[in-house]
Amino acid sequence: MESEFLFFMQMLLSGLSMGSIYALVALGFVLIYKATSILNLAQGEFLMVGAYICLSITLDFGLNFVASFMLTMVFSVILGLAVERLVLRPLIGEPIISVIMVTLGLTYILRGLVIMIWGNDIRQFNIFPEQPVDFWGVKLTYLYLYSLGISLVLLTVFAIFFKYARTGIFMRAVADHQTAAQSMGISVKGVFAMSWCIAAVVSSIGGILVGNIAGVGVDLSYIGLKVLPAVILGGLDSILGAIIGGLIVGVLEFLSAGYLDPYIPAINEVFPFIVLVLVLMIKPYGLFGIEEIERV
Amino acid sequence: MPAGLFHENYRNDERIFQTCFVKAWLIAFLIACALFPLIGSKYMISIMTEVGIAIIACHGLNILTGFTGQISLGHAAFVGVGAYTCSILIGQGAPFIIALPMAGAMAALVGMIFGIPSLRLRGLYLAIATIAAQFIIEFTIRRWDSLTGGVEGMYVEPGTLGPFHFDNRLQLYYLTFVLAVAATIVIKNIVRARSGRAFVAIRDRYLAAEVIGVHVFKYRLMSFAVSSFFAGIAGALLAQYLEVITHESFTIHQSIDYLAMCIIGGLGHVLGGIYGVGFWFILERILEVVTTNLNTAFPDHITWFVSIKEIVFGCVIVLFLIFEPDGLAARWRTIRAYWKLWPFSY
Repeated sequence: MESEFLFFMQMLLSGLSMGSIYALVALGFVLIYKATSILNLAQGEFLMVGAYICLSITLDFGLNFVASFMLTMVFSVILGLAVERLVLRPLIGEPIISVIMVTLGLTYILRGLVIMIWGNDIRQFNIFPEQPVDFWGVKLTYLYLYSLGISLVLLTVFAIFFKYARTGIFMRAVADHQTAAQSMGISVKGVFAMSWCIAAVVSSIGGILVGNIAGVGVDLSYIGLKVLPAVILGGLDSILGAIIGGLIVGVLEFLSAGYLDPYIPAINEVFPFIVLVLVLMIKPYGLFGIEEIERV
Repeated sequence: MPAGLFHENYRNDERIFQTCFVKAWLIAFLIACALFPLIGSKYMISIMTEVGIAIIACHGLNILTGFTGQISLGHAAFVGVGAYTCSILIGQGAPFIIALPMAGAMAALVGMIFGIPSLRLRGLYLAIATIAAQFIIEFTIRRWDSLTGGVEGMYVEPGTLGPFHFDNRLQLYYLTFVLAVAATIVIKNIVRARSGRAFVAIRDRYLAAEVIGVHVFKYRLMSFAVSSFFAGIAGALLAQYLEVITHESFTIHQSIDYLAMCIIGGLGHVLGGIYGVGFWFILERILEVVTTNLNTAFPDHITWFVSIKEIVFGCVIVLFLIFEPDGLAARWRTIRAYWKLWPFSY
């Protein structure tokens, strides 16, 4: 009984740590969608690029981790701005398929560049100590603890930013009603650029964290698609939903790995997507999303 | 000389061949394709087989995405369903003539199951649902070892049809050629008929379509079924072509490629699939030559050139969407219209 409870807590806490990273990346998705109605399927590649840059600066140039983390953030801002300005701006007003497809084209370009520069091998950070911390029998590595900590801090910072900061309020205004926001003197283009910057930054932070846990390789970009269930579960246009959805999906992934694995091996790879299909069938606009009502 | 093409009644407007000129060109093209193996090398013949298979798959995707407006990012998974169904049936001793349509039917069934969410979903949400379909099907293929051979893949028994054995590349080429032509005729006629008009009405404004009496859910599901049926047939041929199939032939990247081919060719044009596939494969061959040459010229930097293909295809997709969103089919139309009246275009 005791050990079963410990096993459950172990899965729950590991899931929460992973889920907090998912929540960060999901936040990036939601920000871009809210402001610009674009689903950025290249989010996973943003994440991978961030992880590679941080790794490269830390290991190849020998800077310390905090400095390379900061440099990566600067680069992410540039990447976000460049993508928004060069690729997405010309497509404003085009049908959804063009916009989805252009982000998919971006995934090809970014992945190709990453392979060209860094090659195909999986590399390790090895920065955080290996031995786990013991909480009354539940073992968590430092990595998971740091991930949980960093993600929670960032999510709080963003919550405050959207609530009180001037730019945050601008962003919410644009998401709410573009034309109205523009006529109040808010620069819609500025807000678009801002959303892409923040999305690129949060996803590269997510990338660095996941890269520490799983190693940095091209497969990191799959996190971008893995986060989709979280985004849909929470509702595409809800920031709170992204956070809660991310945590739920992380926990579900670990619980399914823990309890269903003996019956269907490796079910955790696909379990979030099964949940996704169910959510789409039952409550397509997610837990907190705004339902689109159409009347003739 | 006519200054343009003017239709005086609906019968004329709906004709498959608008002018005799088109018919003559088409017949010439078909004869060229049929005689092509006489001059083409073995390599060229297998490339053309691949092209034919991709055309069938793209026609299917074009019905779903181009004509009905439902974005699908799981098309390769449905191709995979067809490939495995056909291979397993042949392995069990079923004749090819039964296994081939069964592959289409199975893919159509699976497609319809994943099309059910389209009852309530549109646009982005449906695209996400098809991504989920892609992952779930791929997972099933990878993990259902007893049926599909799991990660190691499965060996495909060559199909036979009367005197034809499809382990012979030439006979497989002709089979693909015939089926690709048949697929084009079918798609052209679907588009001309009642169901095709219903698809287009749903794509353009589904509320208005519902108001004028189009059963939206029924036609959406039907378009999923038709599209996946094409995918299944393409999959059965692909299995014959590859001889050993693994889940790696049916990943989400392949799905994205199919969608990219359709967009480059022109979504919502019958010939879009053909133009797109042609462009894609020609570009692929050119890049292959470029990469090999670069590798021999700079043998120290081979790692730089591994991903040239990916980067170029990514750029092609992005540039097409920004500068030529209607694809090659529309561009071809403008060029033709320009030359028809040249030099007196006003």
